Amino acid sequence: MTGRDAKLRIGFIPLADAAALIVAADRGFTAAEGLDVELVREVSWSNVRDKLNIGLFDAAHLIAPIAIASSLGIGHVKVPIIAPFGLGVNGNAITVSPALYAAIKAEADGDILDPMVSARALKRVVERRKAKGEEPLALGMTFPFSTHNYHIRFWMAAGGVDPDEDVRLVVLPPPYMVDSLASGHVDGFCVGAPWNSVAVDLGIGVILHFVCEILERAMEKLLAVRAGWAEENPDVLLRLVRAHRKAAAFIEDEANREEVAAILSAPNRIDVASILAVPNRPDVAAEVIRRTLDGRMKVAPDGTVRTDKRYLLVGRDRAARPDARQTAWLYAQMVRWGQAPLSQELLAVAKGVVRPDLYDAALPGQETSSANEPADGIGAFAGPKFDASDIAGHLAHWPIKRTLG
Amino acid sequence: MTNGSRTTPDAALKILVIEEDPVRSAILEAGLREAGFLNVTLLGNATGLLEQVYRADPEVILIGLENPSRDVLEQMFQVSRIVRRPIAMFVDQSDASTTAAAIDAGVSAYIVDGLKKERMKHILDLCISRFNAFSRLQDELDRAKSALEARKVIDRAKGILMKLKNLSEEEAYALLRKTAMNEKRKIADVAQSVITAAELLK
Repeated sequence: MTGRDAKLRIGFIPLADAAALIVAADRGFTAAEGLDVELVREVSWSNVRDKLNIGLFDAAHLIAPIAIASSLGIGHVKVPIIAPFGLGVNGNAITVSPALYAAIKAEADGDILDPMVSARALKRVVERRKAKGEEPLALGMTFPFSTHNYHIRFWMAAGGVDPDEDVRLVVLPPPYMVDSLASGHVDGFCVGAPWNSVAVDLGIGVILHFVCEILERAMEKLLAVRAGWAEENPDVLLRLVRAHRKAAAFIEDEANREEVAAILSAPNRIDVASILAVPNRPDVAAEVIRRTLDGRMKVAPDGTVRTDKRYLLVGRDRAARPDARQTAWLYAQMVRWGQAPLSQELLAVAKGVVRPDLYDAALPGQETSSANEPADGIGAFAGPKFDASDIAGHLAHWPIKRTLG
Repeated sequence: MTNGSRTTPDAALKILVIEEDPVRSAILEAGLREAGFLNVTLLGNATGLLEQVYRADPEVILIGLENPSRDVLEQMFQVSRIVRRPIAMFVDQSDASTTAAAIDAGVSAYIVDGLKKERMKHILDLCISRFNAFSRLQDELDRAKSALEARKVIDRAKGILMKLKNLSEEEAYALLRKTAMNEKRKIADVAQSVITAAELLK
């Protein structure tokens, strides 16, 4: 494919970190690069992955671990995927029902805002339930190969909770999280924005932690394409990166917040009310998305607000330039939880999913590092610093794990 | 069925259909039975999916492509020690036309490792043709419905014109048709405008 007006179909899930995709297409940044983009909203990550893999989509909004799993050929067909652009860093949160929040708070031996205090308190809640013969807690996450799965596991395991034995982790597509918490199907979940805020606004959830309190920097969504497609369309790919970099900068400019929130909450984008099944659904998509971008989060139904500028990074602090330390960390979690064996070859594949070289080729002269990054690129709240060249050492630190063989 | 009293392999093959729409689900079941697949379980909603899949112990799972429970199924195959591990039909990309047709029809299938590819293709082709026939029926029904609606709108507009402009029924219809042609619009749309205008002027 060469020349102008390349036609592209791009799949996405209604989440705040699809912002750069949506703004790039709906505010003309892709058109300015000669790209005619059709955005297709999907309900499940399986669909996004399959349609990208078989070529129905040219590119997709993808959780980083699915891109890695697809490239490694674990859990599904092996299709090498690459990502020259990061759509978002951070943005997830752990939300629990008011009842579970109260139970954790009652067991806390310190400030519940400290993830170690809350994780240890969860451990005591779990033990108490077990002693009383109650059902294990059910917690939602989005996909077996998802940041949400690894984030919620990392947090609870640090406090001594075995995610496979002590609780029940269930997969729920993001738009179904809130309905499931409302119906009592789950006691809490880890999901991206705006779904945590929607649960808070409905009075059925309390945000326990922003994931950026658990990991300072966590790669979240990628702009993913098939490696084969990238080879055949090198010029289109670079134009795609440039359009998205401009969209990301537009989103991060606070002067544009109102407009961005309106673009994102439009019909067929992230119009929360049309997606939810719960009664009295709030028609506050623009408001909720705005709070997410500002990092000014209402965390409890009583109106308590917590602010964290790092809540979701879209292009700020070098967030759009994908980082191989992040894919290495995610691969380490796959090994920790028994989804993949540990090998240097697989690690190299995982690191190769991200292509900062293509980002740099599209955007010469852009920043390649940021002063706001933790030394190891991750900044976990517990455990040793992450070293991609010593994943065995990283895993040895953790008593709770499911490593293969 | 060629083996007389012996059950054919197709008859015994355990197929689980996960489909919320009862019509789609019934059409598929009838199609599978006609083709000799007698061991078909239907699952209408996703509550307790794991338990239900465990109980059915299927060799083939058919599920709508747009069904969000697909993500739930995939986790089941990842983590569960009690469910055998089916793999997605899309794994086999050698048959691009079947894959494309399946996606068009909105079907996805998961099969347990080791199931013969030809048998699976047979089942999938069957689903595709049934689902396509279903959506054709649906389209026809929708068209018939909207034709009926249009008829009603045109009749009302004719009545308004006859009364206001003192026209015969034929003249009223001719006026609507001429206006539609001049404005490159559908007669029903023009008729709707007449009704709206009449409501406003009441």
